[in-house]
Amino acid sequence: MKRKLRDLPPALLMLVPSLGLLAVWTIYPLVRAVDYGHKACDISVRNCRDVGWDRYWTVFQSKEFQDALLVSLKLALMTVPVGLVLGIGLAVLADKQLKGIGIFRTVFSSTVATSVAVASLVWFVLLQPQVGVLADLLSGWIPKLKNPGLLNDSSTALPAVALSSIWASLGFTFIIIMAGLQSVPRDLYESAFVDGAGSFRRFTNVTLPMLTPSILFVTVVLTTRALQAYGEIALLTGGGPQDTKATTTIPYLIYGNNSLVHNDIGIKSASAVLLFLLCLTFAAVQFRGFGKRVHYGN
Amino acid sequence: MILLGPSGCGKSTLLRMVAGLEDPSVGDVFIGEQRVNDELPKLRDIAMVFQSYALYPHKTVRANIEFPLKVRGVPKAERAEQALHAAEILGLAEYMKRKPGQLSGGQRQRVALARAIVRKPAVFLMDEPLSNLDAKLRGDTRTELVDLHRRLDSTFIYVTHDQVEAMTMGSRVAVMNAGRLEQVGTPQEVYDRPASAFVAQFIGTPPMNVLPVGLLGTNDVQVGIRPEHLLLASEGRLSGNVYQVEHLGHEVLVHAESTAGRLVARVDPASDLPVVGDAVRFDAADHHLHRFDAHSGMRVS
Repeated sequence: MKRKLRDLPPALLMLVPSLGLLAVWTIYPLVRAVDYGHKACDISVRNCRDVGWDRYWTVFQSKEFQDALLVSLKLALMTVPVGLVLGIGLAVLADKQLKGIGIFRTVFSSTVATSVAVASLVWFVLLQPQVGVLADLLSGWIPKLKNPGLLNDSSTALPAVALSSIWASLGFTFIIIMAGLQSVPRDLYESAFVDGAGSFRRFTNVTLPMLTPSILFVTVVLTTRALQAYGEIALLTGGGPQDTKATTTIPYLIYGNNSLVHNDIGIKSASAVLLFLLCLTFAAVQFRGFGKRVHYGN
Repeated sequence: MILLGPSGCGKSTLLRMVAGLEDPSVGDVFIGEQRVNDELPKLRDIAMVFQSYALYPHKTVRANIEFPLKVRGVPKAERAEQALHAAEILGLAEYMKRKPGQLSGGQRQRVALARAIVRKPAVFLMDEPLSNLDAKLRGDTRTELVDLHRRLDSTFIYVTHDQVEAMTMGSRVAVMNAGRLEQVGTPQEVYDRPASAFVAQFIGTPPMNVLPVGLLGTNDVQVGIRPEHLLLASEGRLSGNVYQVEHLGHEVLVHAESTAGRLVARVDPASDLPVVGDAVRFDAADHHLHRFDAHSGMRVS
């Protein structure tokens, strides 16, 4: 105990840079948001009055928040499993020792260097009903691509956003899973091969279990990203199409130009804090749920 | 059969060819009477023990041992029975529910052995299975492996760079160097009649003294003398100065710098021992001289 106390000052000193960043960029805004959540302010945010902590409950129960929550959850449900399966699939394909495989690895991981804005713009153009390449190529198959356009139809807008989002996250998933694959000892594959396991058995008995730490990590990150999706919504649909709110996620409800609660910083803050709690809960559930199934080395 | 050789001599590669993990560029692999070059490993009736043990960290000991049977579609009850039997042979029965991470190195090594035994293969392939164990455990496990070999009565092909393992465990030893097979024989043959200067110097501790070309022989041979055959003799044909005397208890090693390079003699501690700095003479009986061709290094006569 004494020793621990003696070590405290130098330890704190060395933690100052990280703690400083954390305090300025995370802890302070969080505290402010929590505080604003139970206040009603005017537009200047100078004159505020306390409206009580049950504001959080009121916001949570409101139709606007519930609708946005549903949209956010749907988006997560569309993007996370598909993104994960595609990412693992690509990584396994690219994990072969073939000539020129480096080119594929680069291509598959390239979206990691693409911002949400760029990715969204790319998909916006691809899906554009008049000039979009996808609309031209596939409209025979999916007529909605031309009329009214995937992003302009309330039933297809969210899947279209999910598509862009999956594509944008694929590079990240690919890189993490690829790194996970490369740390799997080759001996395990060879041992399973000598014992007569075919490629499917090797995948389920060696690859997947050895990847569980990477898969957990990617799942948590992808889920958080989906729940925090804002950029692609703002650029692709503006929370719409039109007044349908079919793609109004919680972050769009908070920040969006067309948001219903556009000007009320109290309600926005309360929503943001609720979103934070939601992400936290999801991450905790995922860590616990995976729990014993995750194997870190031996 | 022990495959013995220095690092990089190709002994592991040879083993992997037998296993079917690598394709030979020339030559045939026979297991029994059957040529297996084009067979998948699973059809070769082999089991392999890896240096790293290659246990599945997420599976219990039981599941690890059962895995080869599960792949072959052996019914569950039978699988459990055979796995338990293999585990009992290796004293693992009480650890069946643990994961490899909860076992010691020696125990993991046994799990890997049990996983091989459970298949009842015609050939066991072992790639330096003891090299990750500490010295004491290595000695014990060595004895157990010999015992296991006797009990199972099947072929073991065992790769090692440790000559003590090779000499103590092998029915036959194949000494390899730089991708070539130097000699195959019983440990005693390999020690007593090494087929080349390489084998002569690779096997034995301390290694055989190999004299420069011409000394104690004609101009086209190199002569080798085992340290225990190099005797201190006042009228000896080799002379040198002692620079180190190692007392090992049951024997003494005398190291000398001589015209023939550095020599080592294994001496009876009860005899009259030289001290560092003494000028000494050595000799050896003619029938203890090994002669190797000066160019090829191969044994002559």
